Amino acid sequence: MTKPRSRTVKVNALARVEGEGALYVSIKGDAVQEVKFRIFEPPRFFEALLQGRLYSDAPDITARICGICPIAYMLGACQAMEDALGVVLPQPLQDLRRLIYCGEWIQSHVLHTYLLHAPDFLGYEDSIRLSHDYPGVVERALELKKTGNRIMEVVGGRAVHPVNLKVGGFYSVPRRQTVRELIEPLNWALEAALATVRLFAGFDFPDYRYDYTCVSLRQPEEYPITQGRLVSNRGLDIPIDQFTAHFSEEHVAHSNALHGRMNGGEAYLVGPIARYNNNFDTLSELARQSAREAGLEPVCDNPFQSIIVRAVETLYACEEALRLANAYEEPDAAAVEIVPHAGEGHGCTEAPRGICYHRYRLDEAGRIVEAQIVPPTSQNQKQIERDLWGVVEKNLDLAEDKLKWRCEQTIRNYDPCISCATHFLKLTLDRS
Amino acid sequence: MAIGKKPKLAVWKFSSCDGCQLSLLDCEDELLQLAASVEIAYFLEATRAQIRGPYDISLVEGSIATPEDVERICQVRRQSKKLITIGACATAGGIQALRNFKDVDQFIQAVYAHPHYIDTLATSTSIGNHVSVDFELRGCPIDKHQLLEVLSAFLNSRKPNVPRYSQCIECKQAGTVCVMVAQGIPCLGPVTQAGCGNLCPRCRRGCYGCFGPKETPNTASLSHWFEQLGMPPREIQHAYRSFNANAPEFRKESERYD
Repeated sequence: MTKPRSRTVKVNALARVEGEGALYVSIKGDAVQEVKFRIFEPPRFFEALLQGRLYSDAPDITARICGICPIAYMLGACQAMEDALGVVLPQPLQDLRRLIYCGEWIQSHVLHTYLLHAPDFLGYEDSIRLSHDYPGVVERALELKKTGNRIMEVVGGRAVHPVNLKVGGFYSVPRRQTVRELIEPLNWALEAALATVRLFAGFDFPDYRYDYTCVSLRQPEEYPITQGRLVSNRGLDIPIDQFTAHFSEEHVAHSNALHGRMNGGEAYLVGPIARYNNNFDTLSELARQSAREAGLEPVCDNPFQSIIVRAVETLYACEEALRLANAYEEPDAAAVEIVPHAGEGHGCTEAPRGICYHRYRLDEAGRIVEAQIVPPTSQNQKQIERDLWGVVEKNLDLAEDKLKWRCEQTIRNYDPCISCATHFLKLTLDRS
Repeated sequence: MAIGKKPKLAVWKFSSCDGCQLSLLDCEDELLQLAASVEIAYFLEATRAQIRGPYDISLVEGSIATPEDVERICQVRRQSKKLITIGACATAGGIQALRNFKDVDQFIQAVYAHPHYIDTLATSTSIGNHVSVDFELRGCPIDKHQLLEVLSAFLNSRKPNVPRYSQCIECKQAGTVCVMVAQGIPCLGPVTQAGCGNLCPRCRRGCYGCFGPKETPNTASLSHWFEQLGMPPREIQHAYRSFNANAPEFRKESERYD
């Protein structure tokens, strides 16, 4: 009997992801022996750094967890503090938050789909090389991304780490005229987003399916961005303050980010596919129609098609931003007044990569005693390893370099934000 | 740089949020033109292609936070003709340098179940603390127009036009009303380097110092003004202890409130 051939697939430094990660797969004959998605981004200890700071410092400090999705951290922190301090924002300020979040979805999704992920489908090392053959496509991408950034600048003051958001609302509200000036570029962006869905629909998608446990927020009236209840396609339906009762993290040797799992030990999926599968019915008519035309069913189970789902969400975010910009009137007050006191609060929003959960405990002066932040990528790590396992098993006949590239593409399906994932969750349970 | 050959640009990441590298991709109107005038030889966030060094220009994001980082930055320096650090992490240690004021072992135990899996230094420090740096571009995040100015300057062998004066000058130039004088809002503008476009005062917020100390800042005088405004000592300390906490001028001032 011949000894089964052993192979390893190693990617020491993953490209086109945010942060530092690596991949190790070992194969013996036709069987996958081991899969490790490693995160070696250095730890930054955010939860420990926050201890002793005033509640009002949390949005600006946690924004620095991620330069690509700062709004997810700023608003998660704001929401949790407002929950702890018993403050509810009036609708116009909530609308303004939804508007800036649409900006973050647009710039983050366009960055990932066009500049980081599309080159995999078209066989290019990167989008600059892609632009030599398809200049119009990359120019459209950059203009679309700019529209998202423009929203962040108008509402938040700047595109990376906005300065205008705070617990209770905003430092100042944008002028009506400035917000109205977003309408023209957004009208263009809407068309560009429709063309994007059509473009991605024409890609070839590797044949791989998985019956995911999809976890996302859900609201009865609108597609979830800034708030909602936590739901899954397996019947979970809880308020966000019960997050820790249903989800936990484990510390594994090969990663500087804690692995998220459901309390039964099960892996789960967060992000565009989970959101889409759980909330197809609350997408706009146009977004649903464009998804159908792109060949998507109301439930998507091929992770490679996440690039289409992101394009559909970009389209939806453009529509939402247009609606909010058209309806915008300057609110009477930029923020609700805050009186600090002791309390505990929870916040959860839909970051472009999936749910991002925050919990803080405050002392009577409003200082942070305990902080917990669960970013989307750490929740997806376990599922990423499952997908890699399945994708490698299905593609054992591929040549080394092709298999390696396919593995990288599989990881990029998740738009993993490794910088985020390494920002640590306080672990209260040691299972060893 | 050899005539007729495109200069090789590399972008390196250490401990950071990726926001400053992203500023490069956020140059939507200039990105393709920039990509045409340099050879992007190493930029992991944007490409899987890697071209070997030496590099004409290296942009370095992030702080030095692990033993492996110390070795890697020395390698980067050896391969780079010019090394430019971008952002508060690379120029001052970043927000993660708050650990420098605390016991890092306690941090690890607070966050991880198995502390022995984690390999980290007790401090987070700037790139300039470890190797020589040709230019430091400030900001948390950097301003993309300043980044283009610095790249253009280095590509044309001239000095970058990046002012070291304070935010106050920028506010006066823009006609932004002083939030501290007019509304009594504490503002780090007088001791913070200009460059962001006086973003915070324009939002009726005090500057929070994300561009780090200006040249020769009078922090003691500003802290005195903060006291006059009724700001408690701990809040004054925390004002200096954010993204540029480990910049010498801010660190020294915050330590006066220990």
